[in-house]
Amino acid sequence: MTQADFVSLVMPFKDKVFRLAKRLLVSREEAEDATQEILLKLWNNKQKISDYNNVEAFSMTMTKNFCLDRLKSKQAQNLKIVHSNYQDNSHSSLQKQVEARDSVDWVSSIIETLPEQQKIIVQLRDIEQYDFAEISKMLDMNETAIRVALSRARKTIREKLTNTHSYGIK
Amino acid sequence: MVLNNIENLLERYDNAETTLQEEAQLRAYFSSDNVAPHLEHYKPLFVYFTNTQQEAFTKDVPLNTKKKTRLYQWISVAAVAVIMLGIMIPQAFGPSEQEKEEALLAYNKAMDALSLISIGMNEGKEQLNTLSLVSDNFENGRQGASRLNEFNKAKSRIFKNN
Repeated sequence: MTQADFVSLVMPFKDKVFRLAKRLLVSREEAEDATQEILLKLWNNKQKISDYNNVEAFSMTMTKNFCLDRLKSKQAQNLKIVHSNYQDNSHSSLQKQVEARDSVDWVSSIIETLPEQQKIIVQLRDIEQYDFAEISKMLDMNETAIRVALSRARKTIREKLTNTHSYGIK
Repeated sequence: MVLNNIENLLERYDNAETTLQEEAQLRAYFSSDNVAPHLEHYKPLFVYFTNTQQEAFTKDVPLNTKKKTRLYQWISVAAVAVIMLGIMIPQAFGPSEQEKEEALLAYNKAMDALSLISIGMNEGKEQLNTLSLVSDNFENGRQGASRLNEFNKAKSRIFKNN
């Protein structure tokens, strides 16, 4: 497998790997390092790549495991908390833009407070839009368990978001 | 009607029962500008999902082949080989037992010859001692002769005065 083949194989999902890593590790730098590490691991095992029937799902599983390991390790203790760069494309008034930015940042910090498992599922389902069969393959869980976890996560997010919206409680 | 549908979808969304298509429908509804006021608080959630989807990995990944590390491995192998040869060669090509004995014999012979020469030298030095004794006596004689000379001067002065 040449470098070009590898790049074209990896291209469709490298951003997804990065976003999942960022969801778990929070810091952009950490997530970049993790993504690099995972792509290099794939590259070094490129002979075996054709044996995997779904490289993307395999990579996502690898990312999940790698990031959880990193969170456990001591190196992760000096993680920086950096919020995602939010871009507002709407053409509403400044007041509304500021408000929207605040609540969107708030969504990201609500998701940060979820347990790791739910974080991963929300990331895979709501952001990357994988179907439940794929997620269950990636996480090695059955679909019902995933649905339950996702439902809990969504309800938690909605509850906190509603509180913030109605009473400004953070 | 549309609102009813959306509320229904949201209910099912919270129970994680929606399909991907229905979720796309929800996203499309909340990214539009006419969101019903009582559903306003859902908006940031779906806006956030849509925005986050666009975040991309921009860092370059160096896809090196492993040639460099292999070169280092071979250099270390070569270094070990050189050290081994450095130890082996002097042992393999050094002097044998017989050669050592011959060398010892030659050394002893040379020592014998040298000690013979040294004995001869010592004898010669003793003869030199007698020679220096002779030279001492000669010096004494010379001093005696110089005294005789003084005596002659004094004698001539006496005879002149007479």
